[in-house]
Amino acid sequence: MAIEPNSVLAFSPTHRLQWEEAQQKYVILYPEGMVELSESAAEILRLCDGTRILPDIVAELERKFETTDLKDDVEEFLEVALENGWIRERLHH
Amino acid sequence: MAGSESVSITNPRWLLAELTYRCPLQCPYCSNPLDFAEHLDELSTEDWLRVLSEAREMGAVQLGLSGGEPLTRQDLPTLVRHARQLGYYSNLITSGYGLTEEKILELKEAGLDHIQVSIQSPEKTLNDRLAGTESFEGKKAVARLVKKHGYPMVLCVVIHRQNIHQMREILEMAIELQADYLELANTQYYGWAHVNRDALLPTREQFEEAEAIAQRYKMDLRGRMKVYYVVPDYYEDRPKACMNGWGTTFLTIAPDGLALPCHAARELPGLECPNVKDMSVRDIWLNSAAFNQFRGYDWMKEPCRSCPERSKDFGGCRCQAFLFTGNMTNADPVCALSPHRSKIDEVIAAARTAGADPGTRPLVFRNVRNSKRFADS
Repeated sequence: MAIEPNSVLAFSPTHRLQWEEAQQKYVILYPEGMVELSESAAEILRLCDGTRILPDIVAELERKFETTDLKDDVEEFLEVALENGWIRERLHH
Repeated sequence: MAGSESVSITNPRWLLAELTYRCPLQCPYCSNPLDFAEHLDELSTEDWLRVLSEAREMGAVQLGLSGGEPLTRQDLPTLVRHARQLGYYSNLITSGYGLTEEKILELKEAGLDHIQVSIQSPEKTLNDRLAGTESFEGKKAVARLVKKHGYPMVLCVVIHRQNIHQMREILEMAIELQADYLELANTQYYGWAHVNRDALLPTREQFEEAEAIAQRYKMDLRGRMKVYYVVPDYYEDRPKACMNGWGTTFLTIAPDGLALPCHAARELPGLECPNVKDMSVRDIWLNSAAFNQFRGYDWMKEPCRSCPERSKDFGGCRCQAFLFTGNMTNADPVCALSPHRSKIDEVIAAARTAGADPGTRPLVFRNVRNSKRFADS
């Protein structure tokens, strides 16, 4: 499932992204299930707030971590996230 | 005491709160204990609030609100609100019976995260017969209301020989109701399901045919509906990793406060289960005999003890080992490496024979009257 570069990305309303103190990591919670996230995965997903498209997210992360060339990794992860239903696409307007 | 000193104890992640044994339904596959009618006293609201807080502090994050029928508890919104404040992800596991739109809204406002609705069959007559009460239209209406109010909607259909031929219709019903998740829960044989096993256990051919249908739909529904298929372990040659290993992940609290490493463990004689009325959750989890008994690998007998797969399935299910061999420390007899595997095969053969025999013993329905009979015997 490729990411539409013009689609706004939003975290799924039927999932919850939460910091778990006991596990010292972010997790995604959904019916009877939990996915543990790496730091980078959590950083990416936290930017999927319904206002940004893929290029925005990449730019923001590159700025934050003072690096370049994140596009492929970010896109690959977001494809997984989309496939799993953790994020949704909306047409950019 | 069994269990090595050096076993490191992980934190619980899943709290199953069995709020009550009361239920308006009488499903013959229920995993509640047969003698539930002897244990009808329930924890108070204060007790449950404390248990929720203590378990959350230990690291539990998924909360199952179950029973019996959790909706029969008047304090359900209070418990849900507390769970939300604590940061749990709360799952209401319900028959849907009596769940009004008003109640759904009240629970949403209290912070409930998801509602799982059971349906016994896509066919009204069979649904109502298995549930022991007219409930089909109500359940479907509840499923629609759950979706309407923005919850992820999980449909749970328990699969057994009486409805396995309806697999296609079950999936179509889930699509029609726009379920986000569908749990095809092949019956596990504990409690009432164990008593009714001859009537419930499908043949291998029935399983394979149903599974092929389910897998095809699962593929087609990718991205639209997640289909969970709970494996019928009798037909496997390795056991399930029951509870992810006892005392590692799951904590069940029965309606009267008994703390259990798994929801069927109440029926194990010789397992001294502690009660939340007497001990804190922390104490129970870290120090009680019941929760330490099957941690690590030192408790294992052969063939598990030296098996290269022991960290994969932890020797399988303790309850199943007890039910078939009389000893909960044995290997789960489902395993092809168990010396007792033939007992599973005998049961499979008996169910096949019973399936072909129209005079076979009728289903024993889960209700207080039948439970008292079991308790007295």
